[in-house]
Amino acid sequence: MSNDFGILSCGAYVPRLRLQRKSIAISNSWFSPGLRGLARGERAMANWDEDVITMAVEAARSCLQGRKRSGVGQLTFASTTFPFDDRQNAGVVANALNLKSSLAVLDASGSQRAGASALSAAFGSSAGSDFLVVASEKRQAKAASPQEMHYGDGAAAILVGRGQPIARLIGSHSETVDFVDHFRGRGADYDYGWEERWIREEGYQKIVPRAIGTALKSAEVSPESITHFCMPCTLSRVGAAVAKAAGIKEEAVRDNLAAVCGDTGTAHSLLMLAHALEDAKPGDRILVAAFGQGCEVLLFEVTDAISEAAARKCVSATLARRKEESNYQKFLAFNDTVVLEHGMRSEMDKITTLTSLYRNRDTVMGMVGGRCRCCGTRQFPRGRYCVNPECNALDSQDDLPFSDTPATVMTYTADSLTYSRNPPHYYGMVRFEGGGRLVMDFADVDEGRMEVGLPMRMMFRVKDYDHARGFVRYFWKAAPI
Amino acid sequence: MATGIRDKVVILGMGCSKFGERWDCNAEDLMVEAFEECLKDAGVERKQIEAAWFGTAADEVNVGKSGTPLAVTLRLPYIPVTRVENFCATGTEAFRGAVYAVASGAVDIALAFGVEKLKDTGYPGLPQFTRGTFNNQYWANMTAPGNFAQLASAYCAKYGVDPKELKRAMAHISVKSHANGSRNPKAHLRNRITEEDVLNAPMVAEPLGLYDCCGVSDGAACAIVTTPDIARALGKKDLVSVKAVQLAVSNGEEAYFDKWDGSYVATTRAAAKRAYREAGIDDPRSQLSLIDVHDCFSVTELVTMEDLGISQDGKAIGDVLDGFYDADGGIPCQIDGGLKCFGHPVGASGLRMLYEMNLQISGRAGERQLSNPVLGLTHNLGGWPSQNVSAVTIVGAYGA
Repeated sequence: MSNDFGILSCGAYVPRLRLQRKSIAISNSWFSPGLRGLARGERAMANWDEDVITMAVEAARSCLQGRKRSGVGQLTFASTTFPFDDRQNAGVVANALNLKSSLAVLDASGSQRAGASALSAAFGSSAGSDFLVVASEKRQAKAASPQEMHYGDGAAAILVGRGQPIARLIGSHSETVDFVDHFRGRGADYDYGWEERWIREEGYQKIVPRAIGTALKSAEVSPESITHFCMPCTLSRVGAAVAKAAGIKEEAVRDNLAAVCGDTGTAHSLLMLAHALEDAKPGDRILVAAFGQGCEVLLFEVTDAISEAAARKCVSATLARRKEESNYQKFLAFNDTVVLEHGMRSEMDKITTLTSLYRNRDTVMGMVGGRCRCCGTRQFPRGRYCVNPECNALDSQDDLPFSDTPATVMTYTADSLTYSRNPPHYYGMVRFEGGGRLVMDFADVDEGRMEVGLPMRMMFRVKDYDHARGFVRYFWKAAPI
Repeated sequence: MATGIRDKVVILGMGCSKFGERWDCNAEDLMVEAFEECLKDAGVERKQIEAAWFGTAADEVNVGKSGTPLAVTLRLPYIPVTRVENFCATGTEAFRGAVYAVASGAVDIALAFGVEKLKDTGYPGLPQFTRGTFNNQYWANMTAPGNFAQLASAYCAKYGVDPKELKRAMAHISVKSHANGSRNPKAHLRNRITEEDVLNAPMVAEPLGLYDCCGVSDGAACAIVTTPDIARALGKKDLVSVKAVQLAVSNGEEAYFDKWDGSYVATTRAAAKRAYREAGIDDPRSQLSLIDVHDCFSVTELVTMEDLGISQDGKAIGDVLDGFYDADGGIPCQIDGGLKCFGHPVGASGLRMLYEMNLQISGRAGERQLSNPVLGLTHNLGGWPSQNVSAVTIVGAYGA
């Protein structure tokens, strides 16, 4: 493989809410006192309006920051919790990112290693364009289950292509074994798992070292030379045990982010890889081993170009955008684990007019507005006539995406009347830097922490759930920076 | 050059049902209640009505679309009936249609009608309105109180007002309207309240609490209009004539162009300016005898005082707290209780305001009668501050 081919950039998104595991344990102690043993740290918890697609979009935006999006020619999106069984989930992400339509996309699923497998496949791609791999997960868990403790919601993205890579792939191996540690059958909401001791001893500790050994051998790399070992598993001590069995130094074992985020499923291998790249120095070797009905092993060597990428610290940054949540009941409600009385206002039909959505997809999904060629006025949404009363020119606007434009709050309210899954609902008018304004839903606002002039950024979020038809409507919301 | 409609059309008669939670009534019952009063007041028979404008806003409840609900209920004899809907300005819009029909000479006698049966939704507050297939996809998840509440944040930011001071003025507005409404037998809410009640009420949409919001009511109101000559021929004296009816509709400028600052309603300013010109008024503060404005929320009433040019920009709080708009103040506002207490059956509200003006100017307002009012203004506003329909109507003693 040539020297200019490799990882160009990485991105991450972990939802801002972090559910305290202690809250889970306390609420369930009457039923499952054993959970107290897991009640350390916090797990990432998607807000009510975040799902696998919205998190993927944010991770991809983080990854593509400062890059020309026109270079992306391929996109694979990995998850086992896609909102759509039949609608290209990657296509939704692509539309939100305003990627060009001459784009090859694929949804990868079926296993917790799908994210790493997608990344491996990206390295095997012969097309010349940049390849964006994004993985995102939001798994449901039954109340009082160990999974509820282990899992976390989150997403990560890796851009592979030619240029000045921050890391090059120097070895890989795919091992496929139908080892069913857990499964989720068609239409099931929850995983069904087998005994943890068996999974650790017969699964991780046997399958993973074997796969690592094969990868290292073919790359002619010694296990001692590995400086960062990413084992995306939050079961206790698995990373260390696998490292020992594979001959990798104990100090190379990376933090599995269990304490600060939880296991983000298909995204976790990429999240840990991105995290490792934050700390990496030129020449470091990063080994990623993703377990799931076999094992995907990826071996990277860090290049001299790392310093700039490392400085961005995308994982640390998203982890730092954090709010402690100790209300376990809210977590249950957001995940529909308990059924709240939402009231009659929630019953309004949320059907999305697909013809209209298609005609307006750039506006709605990509937040593309216009800039008038005659008077320069920036406006969202685009109208046939320019909104400037001194201009009103017809069809005079060039496309102008607003999703990355900073904004400030001009007016706002906290509405307790409207139907919201997280009342009171904050919304108001924001002004975009350079022109344009919109009355928008707000996201991630802490009660009482809103004021005129507050800086905001756009985030891709769920607008409405159409439960009657299984559709999800997306749009952009303004969130405090 | 258009001459406007000043004194070309007079109110022959009006009717208004009792507003409120009329659980026992269909919309049709409310319509008949208002219509019977209106026919008696006008002194005509239904067959003399040559055209009608029918205002209803909410398709989601109420009577459905088209002019047929009015024609069928009132058994109108195959006359043109135009259904109009223009948000909360629907009632005034119906009035405008009827007035223009008479002013144009197309008909001699026309009917303007508004009705809304809101209390069939099963939940408090206004019904949820459909918004159009595209708007649904990007408009905020907003309600009427949430939209108008935003005036407060922008107003305080613009004038450097302490939100507590604004809230106190808003409370005064509601206390005044309750005091007025308590004297009106047709009003929905007839209880007196205190400033403390307002300040301590549960929050609906910050900073609007329960007592900052108008009543959600069932009701109907209507007007029969004709020319001054015909009215006189029918034996009418002390005619109340239409001085101006103006409407202004947002064109996206407030919502999408970087000029409007969120602290006022631009359409009200445009409509008021045109209405004053049409009515020949150059100093509204000294010339208007009384006003009934669209106080859907207390803060709306407050900024409307500035939008109508009665209070100076940034000075409405002072005028309100000084009692300028109280029943015994310089310009009594909401003497009938306003939307706040008379209630707000959307399609009927604009006509309900005119009903009170007609009573006051013709000296028939009973316990609420003001001393010799000559010119009255009504203001009807629908939508939300950044995108709305605003109507300003001025009526008064014929020839005044």
